[in-house]
Amino acid sequence: MSFEKFLFYVFAAFVVFSATMVITRKNPVHSALFLVLAFFNSAGLWMLAEAEFLAIVLVLVYVGAVMVLFLFVVMMLDINIAELRAGFVRNAPVAIVVALVMVIELVMVVGPQRFGLDAVAAPAAKPAEYSNTEELGLALFTEHLYAFEIAAVILLVGIVAAIGLTMRKRPETKHQDPARQIAVKAADRLRVIKMDAEEKA
Amino acid sequence: MIALSDYLIVGAILFSLSVAGIFLNRKNVILLLMCIELMLLAVNINFIAFSHFLGDTAGQVFVFFILTVAAAEAAIGLAILVVLFRSRSTINVADLDTLKG
Repeated sequence: MSFEKFLFYVFAAFVVFSATMVITRKNPVHSALFLVLAFFNSAGLWMLAEAEFLAIVLVLVYVGAVMVLFLFVVMMLDINIAELRAGFVRNAPVAIVVALVMVIELVMVVGPQRFGLDAVAAPAAKPAEYSNTEELGLALFTEHLYAFEIAAVILLVGIVAAIGLTMRKRPETKHQDPARQIAVKAADRLRVIKMDAEEKA
Repeated sequence: MIALSDYLIVGAILFSLSVAGIFLNRKNVILLLMCIELMLLAVNINFIAFSHFLGDTAGQVFVFFILTVAAAEAAIGLAILVVLFRSRSTINVADLDTLKG
């Protein structure tokens, strides 16, 4: 067994293990942390498939941003875990049967007899000066330029939607209005009243 | 050497595990979102593997766009979740029956 193959099995085993942990843990925080492990090991798999740029993007964007967002929300919400776990044991047999049937059927379709090394030969090794990032950038900024710009718009819509959904006006909060602060005059604050002097009793 | 079928089988197992996760945790919206992320990851593994073995960069471009859309989806999904929890004080799917569907 070559070293590459060994690495592949290690990464694949960790991906499957952490995915199992994600769906079976009681505490959503543990699930989120195992999801981080799954993403990290898939980044290793992608590295083995010579998709270096996307492997690093997966670690930076997913582990660095999206999973932190998940953890943030999970820890912010005060959820009753026991109530949400109801039906876990009852649904388990159905889930296991469905998953097993799906795995067996998919492996029959994509298994070694159709997509093995005999059917699809392994590609030749790239030269030392080959750059995956450059290749991807060339494809992205020439052939797929419109799609790239639409992706940018989608991210903008995502920002606007997320802020628009969660922003709210609360009447009980106190805040300053700078326009009114600037427009204030001395007469509004201090009133001089004319009155007779009072005698001491 | 690693064969294309090895990558595809890992993707298939990951996808089936996340389907099982949706069955198991169908009351918890956060876990459902996590299972959808796992499914997208399985699809991305297939794209990367085919891109590698067929020598076509288009597969990696697709993964790039899927990552973008998935990030936007996770952000909006979690925002909806926060609003939901604020108004109903629960994220139990069984309690979300206002539409009487």
